[in-house]
Amino acid sequence: MDWLLHAGDDPGHKLLLMLVGIALFVALMGIILFVVDRPRNPPRWFVGFGFTGAALLLLLLGLVYPAVRTIVNSFMNRNSTGFIGLDNYVRAFTEPQFLLVLGNTALWVLVAPIVATFAGLAYAYLVDKSRFEALAKGLVFLPMAISMVGASIIWKFVYEFKPAGVDQTGLLNQFIVWLGGEPQQFLLSRPLNTFLIMVVFIWIQAGFAMTLLSASIKAIPDDIIEAARLDGVSGLGMFWRITIPSIRPALVVVLTTIAMTTLKTFDIVRTMTAGQYGTSIVALEFYDQRFRQGDAGLSAALAVLLFVIVIPVIIYNVRQQRLSEEVR
Amino acid sequence: MSTVEAATPAPEVPRPARSSSMGDRARKARKALSNPWASTLAVVIAILWTIPTIGLLITSFRPELDVRRSGWWTVFGDALAGEGVFSLRNYETALFGGSTDLATYFVNSFVVTLPAVFIPVTVALLAAYGFAWVDFKGRDFLFIAVFALQIVPIQITLVPLLTAYVDLGVNGTFWAIWLSHSAFALPLATFLLHNFMKDIPASLVEAARMDGAGHVQVFFRVVLPLLTPALAAFGIFQFLWVWNDLLVALIMGKPDTFPLTVRVAELAGSRGGDWHVLSAGAFISMIVPLIVFLSLQRYFVRGLLAGSVKG
Repeated sequence: MDWLLHAGDDPGHKLLLMLVGIALFVALMGIILFVVDRPRNPPRWFVGFGFTGAALLLLLLGLVYPAVRTIVNSFMNRNSTGFIGLDNYVRAFTEPQFLLVLGNTALWVLVAPIVATFAGLAYAYLVDKSRFEALAKGLVFLPMAISMVGASIIWKFVYEFKPAGVDQTGLLNQFIVWLGGEPQQFLLSRPLNTFLIMVVFIWIQAGFAMTLLSASIKAIPDDIIEAARLDGVSGLGMFWRITIPSIRPALVVVLTTIAMTTLKTFDIVRTMTAGQYGTSIVALEFYDQRFRQGDAGLSAALAVLLFVIVIPVIIYNVRQQRLSEEVR
Repeated sequence: MSTVEAATPAPEVPRPARSSSMGDRARKARKALSNPWASTLAVVIAILWTIPTIGLLITSFRPELDVRRSGWWTVFGDALAGEGVFSLRNYETALFGGSTDLATYFVNSFVVTLPAVFIPVTVALLAAYGFAWVDFKGRDFLFIAVFALQIVPIQITLVPLLTAYVDLGVNGTFWAIWLSHSAFALPLATFLLHNFMKDIPASLVEAARMDGAGHVQVFFRVVLPLLTPALAAFGIFQFLWVWNDLLVALIMGKPDTFPLTVRVAELAGSRGGDWHVLSAGAFISMIVPLIVFLSLQRYFVRGLLAGSVKG
């Protein structure tokens, strides 16, 4: 049993454990399918749950139950031993430390998705039908493939600071020095640091926005564009009056998807500043409260808040989609 | 089934028109040639976009002293003067140096990722078949419920899940990480594979059923072969997600199971000034996703186009 649970630091053991894990799982699935296939005329529910049962069970135990537990814990004290009503929420909305976190989160959700979507849209429009389109899109899309930890390290290096008089090693400070300015400790000064951390997120997500929006721009029927052109529409007029309205549903999807990703993103802030210097956001504060401050109740309340903030974004998305379905 | 369709806020994100005729293409080619400014600007922006990455990549090959003393952009001048020195020293230090030892974490990343891709894809595949082609009571309701679970941020589930693992005595094991990733991936995976499955002509499935094939046979003989591209698309998506994940690995794991992301993030905190090690470490953690991405970009984009449909 211990062999199955703990591999220690032996790489061979780990790899073997991985194969055992996969094999056990395949065997389990095999047994389920075998049982489902066994009866001559199985009742429908039997077959239905044979196929979907594993997923439903995993979702119930891995998502639904823990989420409900977190909601309950958010009304409990720091050890989850006593009921304290709304105290955790009151603290989150009154103490200056958390108000700053909530403010930062609001800033993130308002700024990052819009800038990322607009950057992606502008680039998708610019690159459409240009030469080297595939290569250019590939380069802009590349940050999507790497981890947010990796992306944060890449940008931390861009923001690197050396005192004036010494050769700079960070690109941004080098530019400032070339232009005759003083080098800055970018990540220490509020509120600039939050915006500079957002740049990392936008750098990643613009590629996502571009890919999706580029696909919808290409799907605009040629005859619409031809008709507009015959009517004398061109340049920016084409962009605002033909392109934007035609891809509106995709724009809404991109904007809301990025907004939801923004809320959940914790890796970037953690790697860049660990939430210090007034940069923390709810997704990170939830972690710090639980694993550094040991306050399970407050941590749970912050996690629930994260969920609550997502809901209006989703409602907006659903309503917009309904509207565009009706138009169609 | 119509209720599901109506409640699904799924816009069809149109795919690029692949079947453009020859005349179409010629017209596009002419347009492309007619706007060289846009092309140039697009390429310049793409290069600017890549410069931060290039900077760190160059740094990872420079000797420690050079990295401390001068910016990476000076290598171009040095190279012209014939002075530039590049080596794999930093990678050696990062991979096998006693204080970093990324080679071990590289193994962990693989051990974490492969089952965390294989298990949810398989479970979701079966579930998607069940929801798409088996007509059982409560199916529509359950499918909507699975679909709706996509909106649950994983943060809300992590702590109680960890408590449960502690109670079971499996906390900090690979099993805990595999199971967590599997559960988190299921809503999107089931939804996506269900959509792909619905694209299979019903006549094909029904014909096989008429011939007396059971659902299990239909699943393996008819549906599975047609679904390979969808599986590739979601598999890559999930692979990149798990390999690049920090949160789940950090909370569910222990130093024995930490993947590269956790270790490299740790280095960024504890040895933030040692850019020669950090830059090499960052690229060690990125090399696999970059290879996967560059070789299978087509599938990845397809998965993304389908995946963004989530509400």
